[in-house]
Amino acid sequence: MAGQEQPRQAPGFDQLDPFNLRKAQSCIHCGLCLEHCPTYRETGNEAASPRGRIYLMRAVAGGRMGMTQAFVDQMYLCLDCRACESACPSGVPYGQLVEAARGQIERNRRRPWWQSRLRQLVYAQLLPSPALLALAFWPARFYLALARRWPVERLLPSRLRALSELLPREIGAPFWPAHYQQVPAQGQARRRLAFFSGCVMSFALPDVHRVTLQVLARAGCAVETPPEQTCCGALAVHAGERGIARALARRNIAVFEKLGVDQVVVNSAGCGAMLKEYGELLARDHQYAERAHRFAHQVKDVSEVLFELPRPPMRPLPVKVAYDEPCHLQHGQRISAQPKQLLQEVPGLELVKLPGADRCCGSAGIYNLTQPAMSQRLLAQKVQAVQDSGAQVVATGNPGCILQIRRGLRQAGSPIPVVHPVELLDQAQRGT
Amino acid sequence: MDHTKLISDLIRVVGQGAVLYRPEELLVYEADGHTIDKAAPRAIVLPSSTEQVSQVLRYLHQTGIPFVPRGAGTGLSGGSLALENGVVVCTARMRRILEVDIPNLRAVVEPGVANIRLSQEVGHGYAYAPDPSSQAACSIGGNVAENSGGPHCLKHGFTTNHVLGVELVLPEGEVVMLGGKAEEYPGLDLRGFVIGSEGTLGVVTKVMVRLVRVPEAVKTLLAVFDTVDSATRTVSDIIAAGVIPSALEMMDHVVIQAVERSPVAAGYPLDAAAVLLIELDGPPEGFDWEMAQVREICQRHQAREVRVAKDDKERALLWRGRKHAIGAVGALATAFYTQDGVIPRKRLPELLALVADVAKRYQLTIGNVFHAGDGNLHPLIVYDANDGDAPRRVQQAGGEIMAACVAAGGSLSGEHGIGLEKREYMPLLFSGADLAAMAQARAAFNPDGRCNPGKVFPTSTGCGEVGAITKPGVLPAVA
Repeated sequence: MAGQEQPRQAPGFDQLDPFNLRKAQSCIHCGLCLEHCPTYRETGNEAASPRGRIYLMRAVAGGRMGMTQAFVDQMYLCLDCRACESACPSGVPYGQLVEAARGQIERNRRRPWWQSRLRQLVYAQLLPSPALLALAFWPARFYLALARRWPVERLLPSRLRALSELLPREIGAPFWPAHYQQVPAQGQARRRLAFFSGCVMSFALPDVHRVTLQVLARAGCAVETPPEQTCCGALAVHAGERGIARALARRNIAVFEKLGVDQVVVNSAGCGAMLKEYGELLARDHQYAERAHRFAHQVKDVSEVLFELPRPPMRPLPVKVAYDEPCHLQHGQRISAQPKQLLQEVPGLELVKLPGADRCCGSAGIYNLTQPAMSQRLLAQKVQAVQDSGAQVVATGNPGCILQIRRGLRQAGSPIPVVHPVELLDQAQRGT
Repeated sequence: MDHTKLISDLIRVVGQGAVLYRPEELLVYEADGHTIDKAAPRAIVLPSSTEQVSQVLRYLHQTGIPFVPRGAGTGLSGGSLALENGVVVCTARMRRILEVDIPNLRAVVEPGVANIRLSQEVGHGYAYAPDPSSQAACSIGGNVAENSGGPHCLKHGFTTNHVLGVELVLPEGEVVMLGGKAEEYPGLDLRGFVIGSEGTLGVVTKVMVRLVRVPEAVKTLLAVFDTVDSATRTVSDIIAAGVIPSALEMMDHVVIQAVERSPVAAGYPLDAAAVLLIELDGPPEGFDWEMAQVREICQRHQAREVRVAKDDKERALLWRGRKHAIGAVGALATAFYTQDGVIPRKRLPELLALVADVAKRYQLTIGNVFHAGDGNLHPLIVYDANDGDAPRRVQQAGGEIMAACVAAGGSLSGEHGIGLEKREYMPLLFSGADLAAMAQARAAFNPDGRCNPGKVFPTSTGCGEVGAITKPGVLPAVA
């Protein structure tokens, strides 16, 4: 990402989308975040640590420096994994700060024209549009068929090769929300929910969506999936494209409001964390602030919903599972016990200890494409830990992590599959 | 010397990426956990081995450039600030645990290992005992520099009681081993000399530590008081009764508010004037007597409530608030300054009254969170980072408290070190001859004073070299 841009050199942030200095000042520089930060652990560089980055943001906000190249580099070397937030005794909302700083960067510097076009295309057009995503995935399928027979992956330029490595080897038929608008509860209906299906996941991991609806139905949920919904905007926010993200957020809020359900369930940790922060994202939008806040409170991760409901009968599933905590579930939403508990209740399933399960795998949205070197270092540690754990399966509730860890294990020649926790629940419930 | 040449020479020693020199990176290293004073280094070096540290120091010796060792930068006395525009030699990449030898109860670690990681990785019922409140981040090397304590040092001792030996790179680049893996070495105890020397003798590159068995049984109590006075009297009486708790910590009303408003809320009663966190450990046999004593003494001083943690989860919760209390003041204000005076336990009530009086006179909020059992005060002065006049008032208030501690027969620092922050107060505690003896001993290791200049010794007596003095307000403050 960073590289050729010409950042604004004048000191200070703009006032278009004001940087919240008070929140940055709640960091008192104690340093308890350091050991929790993957980029600090890897580099030993305090400028690549949460307190260091906040120090830099405060220096820009206070007029000591401009948004220089080094500033830009550090803001984008951050994974936005938010492990520091769980460690912070002062409750500094680090994720919001770094995302706001990236927004400042993107508004105030010029990127080469093709980069700006590409960003617009990806964040504002491709991700929000199922039709375009389908179009994009069509050649991907063709390519995968090709790649299964010939080593074409090696011929790709490095960025495209990374993208190709992230693709699942087999892609099922896309998940079209229109086909699943109303999924009735099995047995007694306990809840009426709406399902957030997002963007890429419907094409890259469509079966996880289908399984999620099944598992929810068995737990007594009647689920509606509105076809008008769109991408949550998380990738745009991570990339500093806050305007695009806000437009997406407004559309999603309007779509889900109309359904009149109590809860909106989501099976992607990254999307869930974003949806739960719509209140913050639209805080200055007079028309939407209130509604965004209400919507955010309705959003639940699938593990939260299932945890509260009676469990359907399960057959034994004798398998050793390593549960890897998605950062945006564990740190972004403070959900850790529920998915583990749900898995533990599966008869015969053994949860093995995965050292570093709380550490980022290097996926972090599209970080694995924008910062491949750091991402690979973190992935290598994850893969090693999985292999040492004795697990037969890895379970993690976020599409980015699933694809990333799959890629790492495949490259290491390991046959260990990586699945979403609901897939294991589904298997036990179906007894296959 | 030419800056570009310095950087390229250092890169030749430690490699690209292990030398930081961009202005933004230098800025980040201008402060540690103590943020009132600031001084940016001219470069930061991140060596990965003893060999590299030695080469870097040899090079800095040849070129006459001052340097300062730094670990995780969580220190609270400005000890790792690079005065005289020096180079920071940071151990953040030296983070391997080299050896764990449980039968012999010892381990060998590199200095950049975070304190808590050592106990976590040792496991099997063994641990490294010193547990500074910043243990989740602070490095073992930093602990050696400051002779760090922690809540459990009351019974289990400070860093110096748990370090068997250190490998030290002298300021001219030689590598020496002081002490070692064995329990005892003849000759001068230079190991003891290095521990607590605040990075003024060289860079520690390996630490041989003692491991201890985790206590068989532990009980943690929270005693709640309606006056600070009754809490402090309870402390003196517990020790006087012959009970040595493994920890005896006090938090006052201000700190309770900070903790309970933060993500580390521990369930301390918001309306209490003070709480004591009392921990007993050891073989279960003597427990009942000790518990009964502690309860009886708390009740004698009108403790409103004595809560005993039922299980490990409740214990962890009670400790979580205490261990993160300093960080949690971000919930109250945007900046803080903590002090570290030591006083005889019997004088706790009057010293705390003085602290309250100082707070009123300087119009500051001062909380107290401290190791009451060993009389180690941590008045926590919180202030608004946007108030330009605050640092001056804060430092004056701090000075009064420090002077009072010394006058009460105590000391300037229990565990945070003198660093930059308290150096001018050293003459309150030591005579000119005392300080001169220390300076001579230091000069044996650090003859030209290039290793961490401007620290520990007062600038005014002439026995320390006159350092570049940083003053609040000299550099524009970070917003």
